Amino acid sequence: MSFFQNKNLRIVSVVGLSFAFFAAVLPNVKAQDVVTITGVGSSFAAPLYQNWAASAVKDINIKVNYQPLGSSAGKNQIIAKTVNFGALDMATPIEQLTKEDLVQFPTAIGGVAVVVNVPGLKEGHLRLTGDIVADIYAGKVTKWNDPRIVAINKEITLPAIDIAPVYRADGSGTTQVFTSYLSKESANWKKAYGSNTSIAWAVGMGGRGNGAVASMVKNIQGGIGYVEYAYALQNHLNTAQLKNVAGDFVSINEDSIKAAAKAADWVHAKNYDVDLIDTKDAASWPIVSTTYVLVPAQNKNSQEVTKFFRWGFEHGDAIANQLHYIPLPVVVKEKIEKTWEYAGVAGKEAKAK
Amino acid sequence: MLLKQAGYRKDKKIIPYLFTSLMWCGGALIFLIFLGLIFELFWQGKQAFSVFGFHFITSTDWNPGEQQFSAGAALVGTLVSSCIGVVLALPLSFGCAYCLNELMPQRFSKYITASIQLLAAIPSIILGMWGFFILVPLMSQYVQPFLKNIFGNVPYIELLFSGGTYGIGILTAGLILAIMITPFITAIMQESFANTPVMLKESAYSLGATRWEVMHQVIVPWVQKGVVGGVVLGWGRALGETMAVTFVIGNAHHASWSLFMPSNTIASLIALEFSESAAGSLKMSSLMALGAVLMVISFVVLFCSQLLLKQVLKSR
Repeated sequence: MSFFQNKNLRIVSVVGLSFAFFAAVLPNVKAQDVVTITGVGSSFAAPLYQNWAASAVKDINIKVNYQPLGSSAGKNQIIAKTVNFGALDMATPIEQLTKEDLVQFPTAIGGVAVVVNVPGLKEGHLRLTGDIVADIYAGKVTKWNDPRIVAINKEITLPAIDIAPVYRADGSGTTQVFTSYLSKESANWKKAYGSNTSIAWAVGMGGRGNGAVASMVKNIQGGIGYVEYAYALQNHLNTAQLKNVAGDFVSINEDSIKAAAKAADWVHAKNYDVDLIDTKDAASWPIVSTTYVLVPAQNKNSQEVTKFFRWGFEHGDAIANQLHYIPLPVVVKEKIEKTWEYAGVAGKEAKAK
Repeated sequence: MLLKQAGYRKDKKIIPYLFTSLMWCGGALIFLIFLGLIFELFWQGKQAFSVFGFHFITSTDWNPGEQQFSAGAALVGTLVSSCIGVVLALPLSFGCAYCLNELMPQRFSKYITASIQLLAAIPSIILGMWGFFILVPLMSQYVQPFLKNIFGNVPYIELLFSGGTYGIGILTAGLILAIMITPFITAIMQESFANTPVMLKESAYSLGATRWEVMHQVIVPWVQKGVVGGVVLGWGRALGETMAVTFVIGNAHHASWSLFMPSNTIASLIALEFSESAAGSLKMSSLMALGAVLMVISFVVLFCSQLLLKQVLKSR
């Protein structure tokens, strides 16, 4: 009793307890042998890098602080050299790489899913074509029971509700990939809107990041949106089938994304700039992209970054598969290793070999 | 005791001097920060103003790919959503304050007053999430179809309620803002209700005035100043509100007549685009210019309300 009545003791115990709380919560000051590298960029790649980082810290003593602020932010900040690496969902042109003295390499492959929220629709049954999706985002197709949608979906009944197109409000590699696809599929789209990390959308509403787009589509009846495949799965969203170049309607899944990745010419692509949109294989999903990392060339900190990604390439395929990314083919990984050595950003272990 | 007095004598000259100079510093610093802020916003936004000129305010183009930026759509969105917020919040908080101060027994009203104050302390991001997950589906399934049914065939007014019933849009943003600013306005109004002299009210009642007459002819004239003050404060908060609005307004660069359509506000546009604007770029400059525009709007609102207040006080 007297303990709690003594004012000084009370203050001491409160201060002591709060100190103990902070000591328990804040990171240990003494752990100095762990190197921290920071990265900013693609929200698509965020789950992969964060999960790799969680496992890698035990093996190689590198801690990764990754902020998924969008591909545009990744590019801006790596050019400003405020971070150790930038992550982008699209390839950077070679002129810019040379000008800013950056090295580019891919880390994983992923597909962009078209997700819909149509009441009474079974999972994965809606069929769409690139042309119709382009017209939805251009504001020309506004109802789910539009004759053009009904014509290719004869076996399902579509409600007469408004289509609510959702897009990325932030500058995003996913948007770049998605609008490149729309530009390839529809001449009108190419002329009116083109492809970029963010464009002047005609209709619809924007969400920040893959996660926001996913939850908006989930929350808005009649919504349609585009997110990376992993986000569509995580949020249990209804994905639409798309017609690919071969003329088949395909669903998005690991196999259809892998088929697209296989169909690309990796060996001859300069700076790993491969086009995985509308690949010709009959089984391939049409909207597939590679996610890239940019690091400054001839830089000591870049060596830690490459050390981390080497760990990811060697030990991280299981994690990548679990998170529904498609790991890079082995030939590409070998080529990346050579790129690192050539650009003077390879980690210490590579030099020892 | 003696020691203390001696100490006081010793510091007699220093302490008042220190005190006044500190107060002067405080006052001057606030003014300097204010000036510096305005200068900085306009200076950083200079590039955007000089490139786009007057079109920056009037146009609604926003296309980072083609370096097209403008404030028009966000400006309209800011003004309309905050106006909806104030218009909805004003009767709500007046009723709330009147009910709490005049009608309800005090043993209940003190708990409700406390809960209203707690409502004011809710972080805006939580209200935003609540709005997104609870309010948006309600709006799209019940409120918006209902409004469309009623006003759908009235000429001109139907324009306000046209378009898809997505649930996300200016109307929902205004509703969230109303919920956010109601506690503020209520608190200020309660204060002025409490300041109404009891003698005035009692004399009116003793002359046989009804409750309506007392409210209408005694209390309302007395609290006018407080009401206007509360509205100004609430409006100021609604203009600058960022997170809650970002969740429900739809972040689209469009200005349309329809209250159902997704739009944008200046504050949420700045928050959204800031992380992807390179320092020194035209986009960053445009965002700074947007900030300057927002400040100008806030000043105009403040100035107009002061003018209104003076007018009201003069007419009494």
